Amino acid sequence: MYNAGQAIHLKKEILVRLIKAFLSDNFEENTRLIPFKMRKKGTEVPYRCCIYKERAILKDRTIAGLGFRIEDDDETVSLATYAKSALERTETDNKNLTVLQVACKGCAPSQMFVTDLCQGCVARPCLSSCKFGAISIKDGKSTIDNSKCKKCQMCMRNCPYNAIVKRTIPCEDVCPVNAIKKDEKGFAIIDFEKCISCGKCISACPFGAVHEKSQIIDILKAMKSDKKVVGMIAPSLAGQWNIYQLKSAMIRAGFDDVCEVAQGADITAQNEAKEFTERIIEKGQPFMTTSCCAGYNRLVNKHLEEIKPFVSETKTPLYYTAELLKKNNPEIVTVFISPCVAKRSEGFENKNVDYVMNIEELGALFVAKKIEIFDCEESNYDKESSKQGRNFGVSGGVAEAVKKSLQDENIVKPYIINGLNEESIKLLKKFAKDNKCEENCNLIEIMCCEGGCISGNATINSKKTAKNLINKLTEQSNDIEKI
Amino acid sequence: MEQIKVNVCMGTTCFVMGGSNLQELYDIIPQKYDDRVKIIGRPCLKLCSDNGEYSKAPYVQIGEEIIEEATIEKVIECIDRKLEGV
Repeated sequence: MYNAGQAIHLKKEILVRLIKAFLSDNFEENTRLIPFKMRKKGTEVPYRCCIYKERAILKDRTIAGLGFRIEDDDETVSLATYAKSALERTETDNKNLTVLQVACKGCAPSQMFVTDLCQGCVARPCLSSCKFGAISIKDGKSTIDNSKCKKCQMCMRNCPYNAIVKRTIPCEDVCPVNAIKKDEKGFAIIDFEKCISCGKCISACPFGAVHEKSQIIDILKAMKSDKKVVGMIAPSLAGQWNIYQLKSAMIRAGFDDVCEVAQGADITAQNEAKEFTERIIEKGQPFMTTSCCAGYNRLVNKHLEEIKPFVSETKTPLYYTAELLKKNNPEIVTVFISPCVAKRSEGFENKNVDYVMNIEELGALFVAKKIEIFDCEESNYDKESSKQGRNFGVSGGVAEAVKKSLQDENIVKPYIINGLNEESIKLLKKFAKDNKCEENCNLIEIMCCEGGCISGNATINSKKTAKNLINKLTEQSNDIEKI
Repeated sequence: MEQIKVNVCMGTTCFVMGGSNLQELYDIIPQKYDDRVKIIGRPCLKLCSDNGEYSKAPYVQIGEEIIEEATIEKVIECIDRKLEGV
């Protein structure tokens, strides 16, 4: 779910400026100046009422970039002080999203409206379709009593003139688990008990109000230290750049080494194939679901207990990759390069993953350090991953990899859930209840994002471009070893 | 009529700041304009190198004209304008 537009442009620009400030000789002062440099005295004010509010909001966005929660800011602390605390901290907490609530002000509560298109018709299907008695006729036209309206939209669907509209709240509409809501003051609040970190709200908000709390400063600190910093690139990275040029670019940017998480994907696929044989073929369980999408795993834990007995116990590609690296050298600092906020949370919870950086942040690092990726030479990886492991970030790729790992590929009948939403969640509940998947399928692959990880909230390329790039890479990769 | 050349900056800054979306132009332009317009991916056009100008990336250059914060729509509009000789 790549998101174009100005909101994302602003977030990236702040990241670039923050990294440049860190690399400068006066991090604290140059961080303090970010809002002033982005909105210089006398320049035009593109979005808000005045330059002072613009700067105040840019300051809030910078706070998220420095890795703090915007909600905790009481407006008295300067960015220089925040920068100093970011430098001094040794640990970060795991609440990975933060909301720029001032930006929510521009977005009004959800409501049904009767527009001027209402013709005051005789049929009045709106009146008869409303189960809550919220519609009445005033001066020959429909009106809605909002104290009674439940926003079921029946009136909207039944109006022959398309005269009734719903004013939506994009973040609320897109959240598959109702974890983000506007409070009585109109501010969006994330309920972390419910949130599955899918990142859909980040992409959906036209004000760019939902931010990922960044660890970029902590990563830059690690790079500056004597420690060896190893980047682990998610398979979806191959949808953004040529991974061989990317390796050189990352090393120029400050990493000591880079490896593919696709190598862990190979282990996941093989282990899942073993588990599949045991559970489905030997023990006769009706179906199994995959377990590498972090958003789905959180969904299971928080909202879908009933499907737990069907979820694969195999670990994720990131888990195996980080475990291997730390086993070989416990002293290294591991940084996972992630396509989305869900994987960011998984990284936070894994002791073998020291930091997480998303694709946008990596892009910002290249911009700040003036690294031209397309000019970089190609570097090989110590371990090359398989065709199927490299395709893990594309919807259908995980099930395909499990299939290809088995001697008899035909025993796997995949069912692909391409994107989590209310309907697909209902479907999963039904499968658990019925103890049966549709069409006798026995392996359900679930990807939270439509298209797979290549549509993660922090990706740069469109789904289509990403898919083409990954295809180019997998064409020249070897098949996965069978178990 | 002289062929119009659309130079899309493929530098890292332009790519990261939104130029990745412009890649669809490689499909759209040949379909829509045949030989009248040619699209060329260029290494960094150095338009972002002035201090702070990356905030206007991505850049596309069409003839002498530079499009800041380029989008597919802006590029098509500019091509159409040039084809009409305005």
